[in-house]
Amino acid sequence: MGRHILSLLLDDEPGVLARIAGIFSSRGFNIESLCVSGTQSPSVSRAFLVVKGEDWVFDQIVERLGCMINVEGIELLTDVEYFERELLLVKVEVSQKTREEILDLVGIFGANVVDAGYATYTLELTGKCEKLDAFLELLKPFGVKDIARTGIVAMARERKQHRATTQIYTTKLHSL
Amino acid sequence: MARRMIGAEMFFETLIDQGVDIIFGLPGGYVLKVYDVMPKYKHAIKHVLARHEQAATHMADGYARASGRAGVVLCTSGPAATNTVTGIATAHMDSSPVVVFTGQVPTPYLGSDAFQEADHIGITRPCTKHNCLVRRTRDLPRAIKEAFYIALTGRPGPVLVDMPKDVLIGEDEFEIPKEINIRGYKPVTKGHPLQIKRAVDMILSSKRPVIFGGGGLIWSEATPELIEFAHRLQIPVALTLMGLGAYPADDPYFLSMLGMHGSYKANMAVHESDLIIAIGARFDDRATGGNFSKFAPNARIIHIDIDPSSIDKNIRVHCPIVGDAKQVLRQILELIPSDFKVDRREWFGKIEEWERQHPLVCKQSDKKIMTSFLIDMLWRLTKGDAIIVTDVGQHQMWVAQFYKFKRPRTHITSGGLGTMGFGFPAAMGAKFARPDELVICVSGDGSFQMNMQELATAVENNMDLKVIVINNEHHGMVRQWQTMFFNRNYSASHFDVMPDFVKLAEAFGAKGLRATHPDELESTLKEGLFSEGVVLMEIVVDYEEMVYPMIAPGGAMNEMILEPADVA
Repeated sequence: MGRHILSLLLDDEPGVLARIAGIFSSRGFNIESLCVSGTQSPSVSRAFLVVKGEDWVFDQIVERLGCMINVEGIELLTDVEYFERELLLVKVEVSQKTREEILDLVGIFGANVVDAGYATYTLELTGKCEKLDAFLELLKPFGVKDIARTGIVAMARERKQHRATTQIYTTKLHSL
Repeated sequence: MARRMIGAEMFFETLIDQGVDIIFGLPGGYVLKVYDVMPKYKHAIKHVLARHEQAATHMADGYARASGRAGVVLCTSGPAATNTVTGIATAHMDSSPVVVFTGQVPTPYLGSDAFQEADHIGITRPCTKHNCLVRRTRDLPRAIKEAFYIALTGRPGPVLVDMPKDVLIGEDEFEIPKEINIRGYKPVTKGHPLQIKRAVDMILSSKRPVIFGGGGLIWSEATPELIEFAHRLQIPVALTLMGLGAYPADDPYFLSMLGMHGSYKANMAVHESDLIIAIGARFDDRATGGNFSKFAPNARIIHIDIDPSSIDKNIRVHCPIVGDAKQVLRQILELIPSDFKVDRREWFGKIEEWERQHPLVCKQSDKKIMTSFLIDMLWRLTKGDAIIVTDVGQHQMWVAQFYKFKRPRTHITSGGLGTMGFGFPAAMGAKFARPDELVICVSGDGSFQMNMQELATAVENNMDLKVIVINNEHHGMVRQWQTMFFNRNYSASHFDVMPDFVKLAEAFGAKGLRATHPDELESTLKEGLFSEGVVLMEIVVDYEEMVYPMIAPGGAMNEMILEPADVA
């Protein structure tokens, strides 16, 4: 069982995402996170998926996606050097006693207070998954009321070679 | 100056531009405008009025398989569209180019649970190669042209185009795009030169090669290349169910069908080979026995397929080549030295020995008609030249074993999905595609009842079509499995009530004949095959006959269950 991260370039049309989700779910894969948004090209969007499932089935799914009409390109991020970011909004309970400690944590992690109320603060943090997970873990004792995460977006580093793009995929990757 | 017209007219104008001359359909609420416009185009496009949308889809599928062109379906929304799902899934599993046009509620009402509304796009998403909802009248010609392009190129497959009523009655400028350029879809047809070279090296050095050919050979029309390849390299050819006809059965290199009910020699050859050249086949569980870990233990595998996602799906292969079968075979042949010679006497000797040990022989009895004997007689009477469209079950397997197909596109069957009820409407579609050839539907009593209402459609269209309904009063294949694996627990596999098929045929205005005894068989078949019009021949057969050999589920290809009297 592996955790795989991939980025897909898709036609920005209704139904495309549903088809992709269906390809994963029909093979027993769970999509842990999904983040879709625009690119430089108006009719193309980019989706980042974190999925979990059998490794050899994953290879087959990638081929299937490659054949899909509305999929313009695929990048397997677990095979290249990349950096990732995710955005977190978390609502935490706050009192006179705990205010200082919470603001300390905010400072340490480089987070922002985006909403301050009588009983709660809403904090915003961007960073790698692990950093967000650590922040949440440390906030737990104070009482976390709500969490909203975007799921990761990522980009390959320029310096290192792309090892993932084999000849099968290059026919599909077009420059925008 | 672009012409202006309404969507329904654009529909026909674009279909004619695509070379369509027949559509199979059934009218209904949201496509009434299309049917209203239809008589204007009747000189160019024939409409076959089916009695069930499922049958219409199977007809289009049979038409596609018999002609290589796209089969076209037209029906309304809701239940009509959901009725096509089985037909679409059937075409999807066998990679058949069927384009289904469904009416839909007007765009402002989408998702409002209107009368006869269903989410056609959502429901058919997993079983179509592609589908789309047309939102503007002016987009309709492009959507139709793209649908045909997608259905017919690369690995063929069904496409659904959903047409809301306002799109069909709306008026706009009519323009068919000159070129189709779908960014995310560029099928690869030429094999990679390095992979071709590797494959050639493997072929030249192999001692016990075998060709594992599938349906892709037929869609690619690769028969001439395959024959040249087999002869020049002296490689025997085994075919999957879907590949039958791709290689002439009367050729000495032919090993017959392989797989669950394949011949002994074909299965043994695949199991004992040192090189399997798979072309246009997807290594499905019926062709390999289902036990992928025990498959061809000593063989390296070359896999030629147009669909990259088929490669390494079930079986890990050593030399994958993504490309069109015909083109890739041509590329391979170009690299074979013209003075290539090899001595395969030992390998062919083995194959001959296997044939001697357990040949495919039909059963004969002077008391009851045995289905295998019936198929063999049918083959003799038609000289192996007819187009045979089967349904699903034991009869399907006996046709595959005993009707020795010589040409491609003469064996039409639902292999991947195994859809009972496919045979009769598909035979009709095949006949429309090949009106000058003898088309025979071989069906079972269970299968035939699923779409028997289409007798009306056949008679209405003055068709010259022969139907053989093999009546063993049972779901034969189910009974066989219950005998072999479920301790003879015959649960729900027997029909207590069976229609009088002769009267049924006559009720629809067709001709009905019956044979119940071996003495009547030949004369009944002859009379039926050489009578004009829609002829149904009911042949009452022995229900205890079983299909052998059989690879039990999970078995390896050399672990075949053989005819009890046959076991050495």
